[in-house]
Amino acid sequence: MKTTGKVTGIISNLVTVEVDGPVAQNEICFIDLNGTQLMAEVIKVGGNTASVQVYESTRGLKAGNKVEFQGYMLEATLGPGLLSSNFDGLQNNLSTMTGVFLKRGEYTPALDTDKLWSFKPLAEVGQQVVAADWLGEVQEGWLPHKIMVPFAFEGTYTVKTIAKAGDYKITDTVAVLTNADGDDVDVTMVQRWPVKVAIGSYADKPRPFKIMETGVRCIDTLNPIAEGGTGFIPGPFGCGKTVLQHALAEQADADVIIMAACGERANEVVEIFTEFPELKDKHTGRSLMERTIIICNTSNMPVAAREASVYTAMTLGEYYRAMGMKVLLLADSTSRWAQALREMSNRLEELPGQDGFPVDLSSVISSFYARAGFVRLNNGATGSITFIGTVSPAGGNLKEPVTESTKKAARCFYGLSQNRADKKRYPAVDPVDSYSKYLEYPEIVEYLDEKIEKGWVDKVVKTKYIIRRGKDAYEQINILGDDGVPISYHEQYWKSELVDFVILQQDAFDDIDSSTPIERQQFMLNLILEICDRQFKFDNFEQCNTYFKELINICRQMNYSEFKSEQFNKYYEQLRKELSYE
Amino acid sequence: MSEKAFQRIYTHLTAITKATVTLEADGISTDELALVAGRLAQVVKIKGRSVTLQVFGGTEDIPTNAEVTFWGEPPALNVSDDLAGRFFNAYGEPIDGGPAVEGEKRQIGGPSVNPYKRRQPSQLIPTGIAGIDLNNTLVSGQKIPFFADPDQPYNQVMSMVALRADVDKIILGGMGLTNDDYLFFKNEFERAGALHKIISFVNTTDQPPVERLLIPDMALTAAEYFAVDKNEKVLVLLTDMTLYADALSIVSNRMDQIPSKDSMPGSLYSDLAKIYEKAVQLPAGGSITIIAVTTLNDGDITHAIPDNTGYITEGQLFLRSDPDSGKVIVDPFRSLSRLKQLVQNKVTREDHSAVMNTSVRLYADAANAKTKLENGFDLNDYDVRCLNYAKEYATRLLAIDVNISIDEMLDTAWELFGKYFTKAETGLKDKLIEKYWKENK
Repeated sequence: MKTTGKVTGIISNLVTVEVDGPVAQNEICFIDLNGTQLMAEVIKVGGNTASVQVYESTRGLKAGNKVEFQGYMLEATLGPGLLSSNFDGLQNNLSTMTGVFLKRGEYTPALDTDKLWSFKPLAEVGQQVVAADWLGEVQEGWLPHKIMVPFAFEGTYTVKTIAKAGDYKITDTVAVLTNADGDDVDVTMVQRWPVKVAIGSYADKPRPFKIMETGVRCIDTLNPIAEGGTGFIPGPFGCGKTVLQHALAEQADADVIIMAACGERANEVVEIFTEFPELKDKHTGRSLMERTIIICNTSNMPVAAREASVYTAMTLGEYYRAMGMKVLLLADSTSRWAQALREMSNRLEELPGQDGFPVDLSSVISSFYARAGFVRLNNGATGSITFIGTVSPAGGNLKEPVTESTKKAARCFYGLSQNRADKKRYPAVDPVDSYSKYLEYPEIVEYLDEKIEKGWVDKVVKTKYIIRRGKDAYEQINILGDDGVPISYHEQYWKSELVDFVILQQDAFDDIDSSTPIERQQFMLNLILEICDRQFKFDNFEQCNTYFKELINICRQMNYSEFKSEQFNKYYEQLRKELSYE
Repeated sequence: MSEKAFQRIYTHLTAITKATVTLEADGISTDELALVAGRLAQVVKIKGRSVTLQVFGGTEDIPTNAEVTFWGEPPALNVSDDLAGRFFNAYGEPIDGGPAVEGEKRQIGGPSVNPYKRRQPSQLIPTGIAGIDLNNTLVSGQKIPFFADPDQPYNQVMSMVALRADVDKIILGGMGLTNDDYLFFKNEFERAGALHKIISFVNTTDQPPVERLLIPDMALTAAEYFAVDKNEKVLVLLTDMTLYADALSIVSNRMDQIPSKDSMPGSLYSDLAKIYEKAVQLPAGGSITIIAVTTLNDGDITHAIPDNTGYITEGQLFLRSDPDSGKVIVDPFRSLSRLKQLVQNKVTREDHSAVMNTSVRLYADAANAKTKLENGFDLNDYDVRCLNYAKEYATRLLAIDVNISIDEMLDTAWELFGKYFTKAETGLKDKLIEKYWKENK
C-alpha cells in the first residue's frame, strides 16, 4: 500500500507533509490540489514529517491537502524515440503539450507508446547476459538504437526467448530472460532509471586518450577537450557563453548532443528549436536536430525542476553511451542549478556555507562531473560522454563557490574575459588563464602526434608562450611609451596580436570562419608560427605596426575564404609576397 | 476589488513585524489575498494553522486585534479593451478618476509560455537612436534594460523609444517613480497623442515600497491580455527595477531569510526571471517586449541587481555621459543586444554587423590612445586619427539625441571610416569595401 499524507506547512515551493507510513529520501509524491496532481520530491524527513520540494507553483495549496507517495525516485524513461525530442526538466515532452501556456500538473509521456519500431535481434537464445548487454536493435532515425538488458537487472541472466525481426511498440515484450533462480522476466524496449544514480553498467573507464574536434580554434588548437573529458566555461554576462555553447552544439564531432538549458533564457532554446532543424551537421550532412535532445528548464519554469534537468540530461547521455555512442552533454548554466540548491537549503533553514550555498555544493558538483567519461562496454565497444558546463559567476568574479567547486571537478577551463568581450575579440576565451589538463596526458600527446603531426603539443605550448610574451611586451609599452621600449618589444607584441586575430578570434556568424576543421587549424597555426619565428628588421615601431596590420588583414581574409579555394590561394600568395619583402 | 459576503473575520494576530503579520486560521491557501485592518495583504507562509501575511501597505499601527478577512484567491486584474488609456495603482485600482474596469478577472503572475510554443523574435524595433539601432538593435519579444546611474535621463530615453516604436500598446509599470517622473510620462504620452494606447500601473515614492511588488505582474497580466487574446504587439516599460528588487529584499529580510550577495534574497535571480521571461513572440503574431530600467550605483554592474538582471535579459543598454563629445551616449562597450543578429543583415542592410563591429573596435582603439595620452605618452598618427574619429562617432552616432534611419547610420559610419582610416585598418571584408567604401573628399 502506498504511503499517504497531509500538507501541514507551505513556504513557496517547500511543503511539509505529515505522513502515515514509510517514506524514502528523494521519493516522488503527488500533492492533490482540487484534482490537479503536483509532483514533488522528498528532500528531508524528521519524525513523521517529510519536507518535499514541489516541481510546480504551489499557489492555492492549503494545509490539509492530500499527498500520495509513489515508492520510487525521480526516474527517466529510456527507449527509442528520445532523439530530436524537447523535454522539460522532468522529461515531459514539451511538444505534445496543449495550449500556449504551461499548465500546472500537465505531465506528458516522454516516449510515443503507439509508434512501431523495426526490431532486429542481436542476442541469441541461451546466451548469458548482464545489465546493459545488447539484446536487439531498432533504427532510431540514423542511429542504431540498442535495446539493452535493463540497467537495474542484477547478476547474470539467460536469454530464454528473443523476438523475431519485426515491428514492435516500445511496450511490447521483445525478450524473456531467466535469472539465476530460474525466474523469467519480460524485457520491453523501454526501461526506467533514477536520474540521480549513475548508470555504471560498463567494463571499465580508461583515461581519455582522444580529442573531440569542435571546429572552435581557441579550443581545438590551444586547449583541446578530450572525448569523454570535462570542461567548463565561466564568464560574466555578455561575454559570449551562449554563442560558444551553440557553436559547440552545432560543430562538435559527436553522435548525440544533449543540451540542458538550465535556468536560462527561453529565447535561447527557441533559437535551437528554430535553427537546428534547418542547419546541417558538418560531419554527416544530416539535419542537426537528428542528433540533438533538448532538456529545457528555462529561468521562469519551476526552480525545483532545474536541479532535475541536469540529472535527466546526464542519464539520457549515459543511456546512449551504453549503446557505444559518442555523446556531448552541454549544460547552461550550472550556476542556476547551484542557486536552486541554495534556495531550497535556505528554506530548509540549513546552516549555510559560503555565499549562502549549501556546504555540500562542491561534492554535488564533482560527483556530477564524474558521471562523464570514456567507457569500454562489456562487449568491447566504446562510448563516451564529454561534458561541458557553463558557470555564471556573480559579478563576473571567479572567486565564488560555484566556479571554485567546478574548477576542482573539470579538466578544461575556458574562462571568458570581460576585457576581450569589450574589445569584441570573440570568442572571448582568455588565452592566458584558460587551460586544458589533457595537454599534459601522455596518451593525448601521442594521439595528437599521430592525428595532426609529430610535435604538435610543443607547437601549442610555443603559441601560448608567444601570447604571454606579447602581453608582457604590451604592458611594458603601456608603461614606458611607444618610444620608450626597443622595437623588438613592438614586434613581440604584434606577433601575439597576429596569433590573437588569426587563430584565437573567430567569427561565429560567418559561414566559413565559424567552423575550422583540424587540418585547416594545422595549416594556419604552422603559417602563423612560421611568421612568428622570423626576426624582422624594422626602422621604427610605426613601420612594425603597419606591417603586421597588413599581415593580419590578409590572414583574416584567408579565414573568411573557403580552405584552399582560388580566393584563399590568392590571399596566400599575397601573404607570401608581403613576407618576401623585408 | 470587492469582499465576499459571509466571510469569517479573524481578530487575533499572534505576531507582527514591519512587513508581515501572523495569525491562526483554517483552510487558507498560499498566495491568497486578505485584508488586514483595511490593508491588502498576501499569504506567504503556512505552518499548520499559523498563517503569515505580507502586508503591502506596511504594518504601522496595526493592533493585535485587527480585523483580518481572507479573499480565497490570489491578486487579480480585470482585463478588457477598456484598460487602454487608463492609469492604475499597484492593486489595479483606477487613479485617474475614471470608473473601475469591467472585464474578465485574471490572476496575476500566471503560468509561463511553453518554450516549445514560442516563436523566434524577428521583427525589428527601430528607435532612430544609432547607439541602439546600429550597435544594439532591438527586436520585438526581447527583454532589455537600460543600465544607468540615477543622474542619467533614462526615463526620457525610454519614453522616446516607446513613442517611436511601432507597437499597438504601451504598458508602463512605474515602481517608486517620483511624482514628477510620473507626471513627466503622463505629459509625454499626452503630448504625443498616444494616450489611447497606453496603460499605466504606478507606484510612486510616496506610497509604501512593498506595494511595488505587484506592479510588474499587473502590467504583464494586462500585456498578456493584449498580446495573447488580441494578437497585439505590446511594449512594456518597467522603471525602476532596482527599486523593485529593494522591495524584495525588505520582505525577505522581515521573513528572516538568509540573504545572499548584497543583502538580496537568494531567489533574486528567479524572482527577476519570472518577470522578464514574460517577454515573448507568440505563435499567433502577438508579442510582448520589455524595456526596463535598472539604476546603478556609480556604474557598478557587479552589484547583485544589475548582475542578475544581465544574466536574465537579452542584453543591456548602458547610458553614460561622454566628456569628449559632451553628450549622453549609449556606451558601445558595455551595451549589448543579444537578439541583434536575428535582424542585422537580414532585415537591415548586408553590411550592418560588419560596420557595427568595426566602428566599435576602432572606438576601442581610441580608448587605448586616450589611456596613452593620460599617461603622458606621445601619440602616433594612428592614435590621433582614432581620437578624432571617436569624437565624431560619439557625436554623430552614439549620442541619444540622434534620430536617423538605419541606412543613414551605416552611411555615416562608412563616411567616418573613409575620413579617418585606410581600408586595411578597418579589416573589413573586401567584398563590402568594394561596394560601400567612401573615399575622403
